[in-house]
Amino acid sequence: MTQGAKPPLLRVNNIEVIYEHVILVLKGVSLEVPERGIVSLLGANGAGKSTTLKAISNLLHAERGEVTKGTIEFAGMRIDRMHPAQVVKQGVVQVMEGRRVFEHLTVEDNLLCGAYTRNDKKVRGDLNVVYRYFRRLEQRRQAKAGYISGGEQQMLAIGRALMSKPKIMLLDEPSMGLAPLLVEEIFNIIRSLNDQENVTVLLAEQNAAMALDFAQYAYVMENGRVVLDGEAAVISDNEDVREFYLGLTEIGKKSYRDVKHYKRRKRWLA
Amino acid sequence: MSETLLFALELTISGLLVGLMYSLVALGFVLIYKASGVFNFAQGDMTFLAALALASFVVKIPLWISLIVVLAIMLILAMAVERIVLKPLVARPPLVLFMATIGVAFFLQGLAQGIWGTQPRGLELGLADQTYDVAGMFISNMDILGAVVAGILLIALVWFFQKTKTGRALRAVSDDHEAALAVGIPLRKAWGITWAIAGIVAIVAGALWGSRVGVQASLALLALKALPVLIIGGIDSIPGAILGGLIIGAAENLAEGLIGPAVGGGIKNFFPYLLALIVLAVRPYGLFGREIIERV
Repeated sequence: MTQGAKPPLLRVNNIEVIYEHVILVLKGVSLEVPERGIVSLLGANGAGKSTTLKAISNLLHAERGEVTKGTIEFAGMRIDRMHPAQVVKQGVVQVMEGRRVFEHLTVEDNLLCGAYTRNDKKVRGDLNVVYRYFRRLEQRRQAKAGYISGGEQQMLAIGRALMSKPKIMLLDEPSMGLAPLLVEEIFNIIRSLNDQENVTVLLAEQNAAMALDFAQYAYVMENGRVVLDGEAAVISDNEDVREFYLGLTEIGKKSYRDVKHYKRRKRWLA
Repeated sequence: MSETLLFALELTISGLLVGLMYSLVALGFVLIYKASGVFNFAQGDMTFLAALALASFVVKIPLWISLIVVLAIMLILAMAVERIVLKPLVARPPLVLFMATIGVAFFLQGLAQGIWGTQPRGLELGLADQTYDVAGMFISNMDILGAVVAGILLIALVWFFQKTKTGRALRAVSDDHEAALAVGIPLRKAWGITWAIAGIVAIVAGALWGSRVGVQASLALLALKALPVLIIGGIDSIPGAILGGLIIGAAENLAEGLIGPAVGGGIKNFFPYLLALIVLAVRPYGLFGREIIERV
């Protein structure tokens, strides 16, 4: 990776993840995220994107999975043996797939829970920082999180993560189930968080067009492996990515009727 | 005031006072259920263990020292349960955890009786049983003491859960374990705290009930009385446990006193369950239980 001489903020080094002691899910994944960068992780359902993020946050244990090989380093420190709470304390926070807000708590209580690892006095003030980025949340601060809209819940999940004062945010499918306009809005906010709050972003997305447009660098995952990586612009031009992830060919948009999967194989699998 | 009305009022008041103590037992269940989604079958036996330990210490050392010793025992117990039973079973289905608590229940009962014997004991809290005549109604001072202590504990718990950082984190854990973990709330610590609180509740319940009915293995069956309270109040609601206990206490007393004589008595034992069945039919998650928020 040629992103300057500075060591990356996050380095995942050839990790292998096994669920239930038998199911091999990640088969040697390596990736790097530079400080203040935005990196996307692309791939279909079941490619291993979520597992990669959970391996970094060390949340696999709750699903009876574990990292059996490889290392994960954050700011030069190994975090793969740390407790999830310690990982958050180091500045690595994950926004899980499916929003996962605390439904029976108010919006404000959700945000305060996000600051659990902090002991400083600025927590209340940081609520206002979150409200500044997510105006809608301020209006609904006393509402139960289970009753706000899906878009607001996604904002709440991101805002809650922000409350821990993270250096890097791992976003798992923030576009899932949301209207395109809302997705646009949320991505714009993430971009300004990256810009103004210095939050580095690692984003796992199925929405490849959005993710490539948004990130500087991208990794493509299939079957628990990284099969391709490069500058986002380069990846977007890759023929295989264009056909299999963006639905484009040389002659423009293709009808699904004409797709013959057995005709063309992805070159990286050959 | 007519005779019947006065009688009914007396029944209601003494029922409410006993009811607060039902609330206390039910609360132990609610706390653990809320924090870990587990129905803790061992709550009754924790109450028994606490009562038996207290009864055996209090004859040798002063009450307040005994209470501290029993508190220490319950805290160690909470940590042991977290470490030995819950930790290896993390991310297992709730039924597995439920079965584990059944194991804990029998273990505790055996342990308590192994150490202190199976003889029923009395528990003297140094308070003579007296009855006061209030406006023509007879009210026992034990009932009042129980209600006051239970009431203070309940208020303290509600405050803890609603207003403190740790309490808020525990509520978050009860909503979504994994998401709580993802924002940095240590799950094991949260569970340890919850079991410790349930242990404290067990001490108070054990002391109050033990001093009323004596300390014997059947004290653990008090937990059964908590079931209708939980069903009526909702298994995951602290206010529900309180009100459920009050409703059960008053209702069973009234039923026994007013309907009992007409049918030959013995209503008290099954009336709470009858009430629970009715509530189940109308509001399956209890009067105050948390409704399942479903997005359409």
